[in-house]
Amino acid sequence: MPIGLTHVIILSTALFFIGVYGFFTRRNLITILMSIELMLNSVNINFVAFNKYLYPQNIDGIFFSIFIITIAAAEAAVAIAIIINLYRSHNSIDVEEANEMKY
Amino acid sequence: MNAQEIIFYLIAAYILGTGIMAVTTNRIFRAAIWLLFSLVGIASLYFWMDLEFIAAIQIVVYVGGIVVLIIFSVFLTQKAGDEMPVALKSRTLPAAFASLFALAFTANILLHHNFGSASNVMFDPNMDKIGMAMLNTGDGGFILPFETVSMLLLAAMIGCIVIAMKIKKEATQ
Repeated sequence: MPIGLTHVIILSTALFFIGVYGFFTRRNLITILMSIELMLNSVNINFVAFNKYLYPQNIDGIFFSIFIITIAAAEAAVAIAIIINLYRSHNSIDVEEANEMKY
Repeated sequence: MNAQEIIFYLIAAYILGTGIMAVTTNRIFRAAIWLLFSLVGIASLYFWMDLEFIAAIQIVVYVGGIVVLIIFSVFLTQKAGDEMPVALKSRTLPAAFASLFALAFTANILLHHNFGSASNVMFDPNMDKIGMAMLNTGDGGFILPFETVSMLLLAAMIGCIVIAMKIKKEATQ
């Protein structure tokens, strides 16, 4: 079986669920952000692979990837600003300790 | 097995191995470095798929931007050598089970799905084409999302400054 769409998609699926595992197990905001970055990257691989293997005459998938990368950069910057603000008020970035609005 | 397949499997093993290390290691700084390796691996996957432009963006934005930002915030919020508390077994086991089950389920569907075949056009995403489509106002052009994303970046930049700004006590009174 030559390397094709299925191989790349299964790779990106595995990467996505590695990110999901990290998102479930981590309790530190920065590491949760890292897991989200892994998930966004696997989505990018998906878009590019579908573009390359199924619709080689178009370049729409490439543009989706470019815009996802841009938005991921903005999202990471805002998330880190929020993390720094949380650290100032709680002296910790553990999600278990930011529970004022929980009850 | 030809060279292209061997290189694909090497890249895949590299990405997944470093990705697993990034979500399981107990030291937060090492997690950031493993994430950096994983992102470089994804850039090499883009090179493998003949997408030099996306690979360059991946390296510039993710490796040069986001990971550096993450490392900065690690240094701002905790001691780099500190170990995080080990995750509870009651949390990791269900998470691992759920992820593995979902992976097996999705992979099963993907392996049995026929995606159809592509048209015989050569995939040639050169820079000219991408640049022309990016600023094209006509059919299939991307000028509107391009401008929207530039506004979003500006808003995010101002928002970051406002959120992370330290308000002095005297100024508020």
